[in-house]
Amino acid sequence: MTIEDLIAELQNKLAELRKFARENGRDVSAEIAELEEKVARISWGPRAWEQVKLARHPSRPTTLDYLDLLMDDFYELHGDRLYGDDKAIVGGLAKFEGRTVAVVGHQKGRNPAENHACRYGMAGPAGYRKAARIMGLGDRFGLPIITFIDTPGAYPGIEAEERNIGGAIADSIYNMLRLRTPVVVAVIGEGGSGGALAIGVGDRVLMLENAYYSVISPEGCAAILWGDRGRAPEAAAALRLTAPDLLDLGVIDEVVQEPAGGAHTAPKAAARNLREALLRHLDELRAVVPGELVNQRRRRFRGMGICEGAVETMRLRNGE
Amino acid sequence: MKISWFRRQQYVQVKLDQRGEQGALWVKCAGCGDLVFRERVREKHGVCPRCGAYFFLTAQERISLLVDEDSFVDVSRPIVAADPLGFTDCRPYLERLKEAQDRTGLPNETVVGRARMGNTPVVLAVTDFRFIGGSMGSVMGEQLSCAMDIAAQELSPFVLVSSTGGARMQEGIFSLMQMVKTAAARRDLERACVPFVSVMTYPTTGGVFASIASLGDVAIAEKGALIGFAGRRVIEQTTGERLPSDFQTEAFAFDHGIVDRVVERTKLREELIRVLSFFPVGRSP
Ligand SMILES: [Zn+2]
Repeated sequence: MTIEDLIAELQNKLAELRKFARENGRDVSAEIAELEEKVARISWGPRAWEQVKLARHPSRPTTLDYLDLLMDDFYELHGDRLYGDDKAIVGGLAKFEGRTVAVVGHQKGRNPAENHACRYGMAGPAGYRKAARIMGLGDRFGLPIITFIDTPGAYPGIEAEERNIGGAIADSIYNMLRLRTPVVVAVIGEGGSGGALAIGVGDRVLMLENAYYSVISPEGCAAILWGDRGRAPEAAAALRLTAPDLLDLGVIDEVVQEPAGGAHTAPKAAARNLREALLRHLDELRAVVPGELVNQRRRRFRGMGICEGAVETMRLRNGE
Repeated sequence: MKISWFRRQQYVQVKLDQRGEQGALWVKCAGCGDLVFRERVREKHGVCPRCGAYFFLTAQERISLLVDEDSFVDVSRPIVAADPLGFTDCRPYLERLKEAQDRTGLPNETVVGRARMGNTPVVLAVTDFRFIGGSMGSVMGEQLSCAMDIAAQELSPFVLVSSTGGARMQEGIFSLMQMVKTAAARRDLERACVPFVSVMTYPTTGGVFASIASLGDVAIAEKGALIGFAGRRVIEQTTGERLPSDFQTEAFAFDHGIVDRVVERTKLREELIRVLSFFPVGRSP
């Protein structure tokens, strides 16, 4: 059954229910509300999937595009000082509105050759270690840190595992929880799982309108839970990975508007909106004393998660 | 360390505690194929008496393997998983949860408590793989964070024994955020100068491996463990690479410097007592 069929079927049920209520004078508003919510959720599917496709659009602006558009100067730094230089993560020092900042971001590449060299922004351990190094540099000199997230996920490969990609991600998260300077994160395209989060521990997390941020790719989720990668659009909707969803869930702070049709249709307009938001948040954070900033950041993430409060809930659920 | 063909089958997924199997006297070991006496397997902490293959341990069995007799006091928070996204795939998440609760008799996948090991007070956290793959959602994040808070407050070493596939997809972005939440709690543990020993068993993968499990002061792999970030299938599909036969085994993790030591299950308790004996506990530095 396609999503359209399912929606049509639910609409029919809704109509029947309304008719039944009219004819029998019964109050079925709760049932109607539930069905309506279900219809809304399912019809959100295709839209969520559209957004995922926009987030992956081949001509969508990359981190380096935004650095070109936002920064007066960008001095790129290379290498993790341990093993190599991962092109899937770029970073360095930049001048933003007259101030020096440290910047780090995933880089997908702007043409097929670059895509290949950057592995579409799928960073390995060297990339995350470079990121931690540059953020540490920013911290030492009291520079605000801006990160740009745009990755399908960390690179899944033998060498990445041999060099402990899991440990590199954990260390990068842990590192960001000690930085004493303001950290603003912008999800500009794909926010794919741990590989995205590794540079996503910020005092503020912004998301471009058509970006997504998720614990797992819709395809991966569909493959595991539905047993069919083709169900990715449904998984995309169920995961609630769009920018408005995440704002609603309280995980991000702001949705940055994109020009109609997506950031790739007018990169300068997208960059203008992003610049305004970054400036505003950095200004707010500059007012907080450094030690307090670290505490606030830790508290922010300590507070994330939703559980049922008491064992009673479980007993009720189990019908005891 | 030599890799034998037989390691692949070292872990045998026999659910010792499942209802309906309760009465069965014999279980089949996938390591040697023999029928072995269930009670003997239990007595030997899930080690096959014939071939030495490891069966899955429940959280309770894991705890009794490790702690001084009768020393464990459960301090789990009275919370259970919510369904923050209203998640439904082929089945509603709430239904999967209830099924897991009924089948395991546990309210959630994480058990935390105060205990003693060789008379040293510790805070111990154990995840149970039977409960939705021991995956980390908001509940595990909260239980582990609270356990670390207690350890920091009481200056008791923190021991985490992981058996988990990674993030709980059904909780979406909230499950991802638990990676940061647990890391934030670990920062407080560091501030209190309390040692943290991370024990990785079969399996310790995905989001848990890429966060709290990798942040121990000492990392110990149980023999037969599976340790890594990305799944085999994803790697094969993305790269087309042929994976080495020992890929993501405990020996692989050891050879690549990912864990400090590899320990047999029956020696794990002695190992923990010994390693903890080296740590000064307290806020001195
Ligand atoms: Zn056997």
